[in-house]
Amino acid sequence: MKKSVIFGALTVAGLAAGAAAAGTLDDVKARGKLNCGVTTGLVGFAAPDANGNWDGFDVGVCRAVAAAVLGDANAVEFVPTTGKTRFTALASGEIDMLARNTTWTFSRDVDLKFTFVGVNYYDGQGFMVPAELGVSSAKELDGATVCIQTGTTTELNLADFFRANNISYEPVPIETNAEAQQQYLAGACDVYTTDASGLAATRATFEDPGAHVLLPEIISKEPLGPLVRHGDNNWGDVVRWSLNALITAEELGVTSANIAEMSAGTNNPEVNRLLGTEGSLGEMLGLSADWAKNAIMAGGNYGELFEKNIGENTPIGLARGLNAQWTDGGLIYSPPFR
Amino acid sequence: MSDQNANPYAFVRTETLPELPPPARETGAVKWMRENLFSSIPNGILTVLALYFIYLVLSSTLPWITGGIWTTSSLAECREVLNGKSAACFSVLTERWNQLLYGFKYPAEAYWRPNLALLLLLIAIAPVLFFDLPRKLLIFTAIYPFLAFWLIWGGTILAPIVALLGVVAGGVVFQLYGKNSFAVGFFGGIIAAFVVWWLGGALIPEGASENAMLSAVPSRDLGGFMLNMMLGVTCVSLSVPLGIALALGRQSNMPLIKGICVIFIEFVRGVPLITLLFVASVMLSYFFPPDSTVDLFLRVVIMITMFSAAYIAEVIRGGLAALPKGQYEAADSLGLDYAQAMRLIILPQALKISIPGIVNVAVGLFKDTTLVSVISMFDLVGMIRGPILASTEWNGVYWELLGFAALLFFVVCYGISQYSQWLERRLATDHR
Amino acid sequence: MTTLTDPPKESFRISMLIHDTRYRSLTFQAIAAALLALAIWYLGNNLIQNLRAAGLNISYSFLGEPAGYDINQRLVDYDSQSTHAKAALVGLLNTLLVAFLACVTATIFGVIAGVLRLSNNWIVSKLMAIYVEIFRNIPVLIWIIIIFTIMTAVLPGPRAFRGDNATSSMVLDLFAFTNRGIYIPMPWFESGLFASPTMNWVLVLAVLAGSWFATRRVSAWATHKQEDTGVRPKTIWINLAIWFVPVALLLMIMGLTWEVPALKGFNFKGGIKIGGPLIALWFALSIYTGAFIAENVRAGIQAVSKGQTEAASALGLRSGRVMNLVVLPQALRVIIPPLISQYLNITKNSSLAIAVGYADITATLGGITLNQTGRAIECVLLLMLFYLTASLLISMAMNLYNASVKLKER
Repeated sequence: MKKSVIFGALTVAGLAAGAAAAGTLDDVKARGKLNCGVTTGLVGFAAPDANGNWDGFDVGVCRAVAAAVLGDANAVEFVPTTGKTRFTALASGEIDMLARNTTWTFSRDVDLKFTFVGVNYYDGQGFMVPAELGVSSAKELDGATVCIQTGTTTELNLADFFRANNISYEPVPIETNAEAQQQYLAGACDVYTTDASGLAATRATFEDPGAHVLLPEIISKEPLGPLVRHGDNNWGDVVRWSLNALITAEELGVTSANIAEMSAGTNNPEVNRLLGTEGSLGEMLGLSADWAKNAIMAGGNYGELFEKNIGENTPIGLARGLNAQWTDGGLIYSPPFR
Repeated sequence: MSDQNANPYAFVRTETLPELPPPARETGAVKWMRENLFSSIPNGILTVLALYFIYLVLSSTLPWITGGIWTTSSLAECREVLNGKSAACFSVLTERWNQLLYGFKYPAEAYWRPNLALLLLLIAIAPVLFFDLPRKLLIFTAIYPFLAFWLIWGGTILAPIVALLGVVAGGVVFQLYGKNSFAVGFFGGIIAAFVVWWLGGALIPEGASENAMLSAVPSRDLGGFMLNMMLGVTCVSLSVPLGIALALGRQSNMPLIKGICVIFIEFVRGVPLITLLFVASVMLSYFFPPDSTVDLFLRVVIMITMFSAAYIAEVIRGGLAALPKGQYEAADSLGLDYAQAMRLIILPQALKISIPGIVNVAVGLFKDTTLVSVISMFDLVGMIRGPILASTEWNGVYWELLGFAALLFFVVCYGISQYSQWLERRLATDHR
Repeated sequence: MTTLTDPPKESFRISMLIHDTRYRSLTFQAIAAALLALAIWYLGNNLIQNLRAAGLNISYSFLGEPAGYDINQRLVDYDSQSTHAKAALVGLLNTLLVAFLACVTATIFGVIAGVLRLSNNWIVSKLMAIYVEIFRNIPVLIWIIIIFTIMTAVLPGPRAFRGDNATSSMVLDLFAFTNRGIYIPMPWFESGLFASPTMNWVLVLAVLAGSWFATRRVSAWATHKQEDTGVRPKTIWINLAIWFVPVALLLMIMGLTWEVPALKGFNFKGGIKIGGPLIALWFALSIYTGAFIAENVRAGIQAVSKGQTEAASALGLRSGRVMNLVVLPQALRVIIPPLISQYLNITKNSSLAIAVGYADITATLGGITLNQTGRAIECVLLLMLFYLTASLLISMAMNLYNASVKLKER
């Protein structure tokens, strides 16, 4: 901290120094803030509201980690990143973790040296077309003009899909979601493609959502999850198990409403281990015993976060689908706390 | 003609005729129109076309502007009020006014701080722009950067004070030793400043920023038009000294120094600003020590400063080249050394000729600060393209927001360019 | 009596390194070299350490791998299986294309606006002044976005052309103006002399070049005749014939036909498509830079003193020839140097294509390729290298031209 003041005096705007050798967890604790990379604005996942507070599903994950590590869900510095800057921001240590609907792929994991700690949303790329076109399948899109939001795996999936089906298309890559929508609504493209969740969120903001249909094809697997740098396994564990704590809490029925009474002690030993009244899981992670309790209290368990930000009662209106608990036939599954 | 009676003519008018008004086509509006609008057939056609064009533009925009709605809270509501009419939804400006000006994270209770900083900026910059003002005001100009830093970023007041003290110490050392040898004074001054900064930095207690008089605001929370202004002002003022140094270096007869300066200037001028911003956002963090991170604002300031320094250096080089060679020779023959000659004879004249050019670079740079929106900084354009257009309330409002941004930039840039033209007339002291 | 003696031989002292101007520059350069080396070492060392800590390396091998994405605007063959290097090449050519087009139109806009601003028609000159001030004082990024938005909103989508009660129709049944781009008829040859269409066009160009040489010869002959007899023979009809007859014959032999765009499926098919992003970027850059060039042109014309015009008129030159032979050549000398830097600005500003989805090199190499491979350092370095080379080449070419029109002082 000393160093930062000196540099601050030197450079006016200030260098924030953090001792990387000590490990990210110690850095975060010493700083008292978690630097979390998010998107520059995607309603439902991470977007600042009119008062400048960040809100959304990915933001909820950041807050849970901050609460687990620091005991304060608001001790997060949200760093907006673009598709271009996100990996550098993480690799250079500007952010401690990235929760920016980033798809877990082989090359990002192996070549770019990042550790995906889990999946918080199973997504897939879909298509939206105006209902008046009368298209019912993506395979009928031969010769169509397709608007894509750049900076994601979207371009590659799209090229693969059209190539595999031997049909042609014209891509129009657009930098921001808002501009892509504008092009789509003005008829400059026939189709808008991005992750199905994003399409739903986008359609929700249209003047007449009923005039647009989502095609049934989902052309890719997009497991979105938070990620950290390779090489700091301790920190990776903290983020991984914070996410798992949210998932397990839903599975075990621990909600932000009943967590106070449950943390007094229950008959279920796994709940007790999770909430720190039994065993020493927190200590093993290098955190306090009630870390998971804090994480859950930050914004509720996985299900609560989902319902509050992107669930069926929100304008975005996504069904749980693949993202239901494994006990309900979904893919959301946490390893046991033991 | 003494004899009036000898006049052979029957009638002689003895008083002058009253002046008749000139023919209608040679006077007033008609004459003006004949000369300025319909002097020839092609001219007449041009006039009619121009008038038609003006009519087209006004008839399509004026009803849209005057029918604008200012009080709704979302686009859907605005469309409801308009009820199918085509008119502007200016309510996005009223509702998001603070976000457009200050970004979405700057604490609302602290808006007075950048406002005050802007006001003080006008006072601080006045003696630089208008030579007639008393020179004593320059003292405030010297203090201003530290004051503005404290106002905008907040935190402990000790940091800017230490920074100021360092500069003062450097200046004092330079005054003491610079008389004998410029180099000793110069380097001594720099060392003195660093010593003060190091000592002061060590003396500032840890956590001094937490309970400071003004709450600390991280630079990531800066945004909106304020960010454009700050980037513009900071980078221009930092790049003027750097530009002078580069220009002098490029004129130097030391091959190594000249080479470094030429390569730097030509390299920076050869690449677009956006690639330099990419460097700032995706590359620069790899070049800092592994145990420190530099925030994006500072990285961007570094790159934009380099960018504008190269352009300003070329303007100043033009100013240096415009001075007659006799000035250099006269300075030499007085026995002045290089530093004295530059400081007392050459630079005051060269800078004076370069000021309009520097102002032009400054306007261009200020406009270019909008490019930071491409690298996820929320300046005015970034706020519009990012949070505001992405929000559910205002998704689909383009013209009002873009028009507002254009208007804001136009007012500032047009003001500066008018100043530059005034200055050019003012500096034209030669008699033509 | 005085004898000239050599000045006392000074032995070299350490203090001379600072006080003696002969050695001082050496000292300074040594210090500068040391500082430079130190800075490079420091930055390089940090880079190596950071990369090692992140487990990354600098490698350009990604350029040889398949890019995996498609590009809608391409001047060379490219598909999603081509390499990243090929994608960068496509982007590079697109940058050069839009920069070239914008340079041409910006010059036209600039000259027209600059001349009209000096016109004695009050309303026109005021209108041009407003144009110049509005475009010079608003950032080009905002202009690009505004023009792209206008284009998307004002022009109809292809859907508007469809059906019985279509709201839009093609102009003259030849041109289609849509918000995806402008479709124009494409000429092609039914019975070309060569198998490949490119060779046929090369042949047409060769014939045109031949005509150009022939007209030059005719002009030279006319000048010669004028010098001999004092009367310049009329060459206009000969020249026109030389220009048009051979090429028209050739086109007739090769069977020139036009492929007219038609609405098929989702889009117009056939003809030449000029993409919407290209038009928006092209127009925005031209009209923005045109405002700057207008100012340069105005300054250039005003720099030619009135005496020159009057002297030329006194010699009996007609007003057209006064402009061509006296005013413009002199104004050009003032206009060319700032014009060079405006052309450089266009090339550099074309990197803002990123805002309208035009696939220039910043959008391919510095955009999608960078996103997909995560090779930030390599991509940005290559990008800067390209712009640097392009800038240097353009300024070299234009400086050569400038040297050729410069006042020859002897």
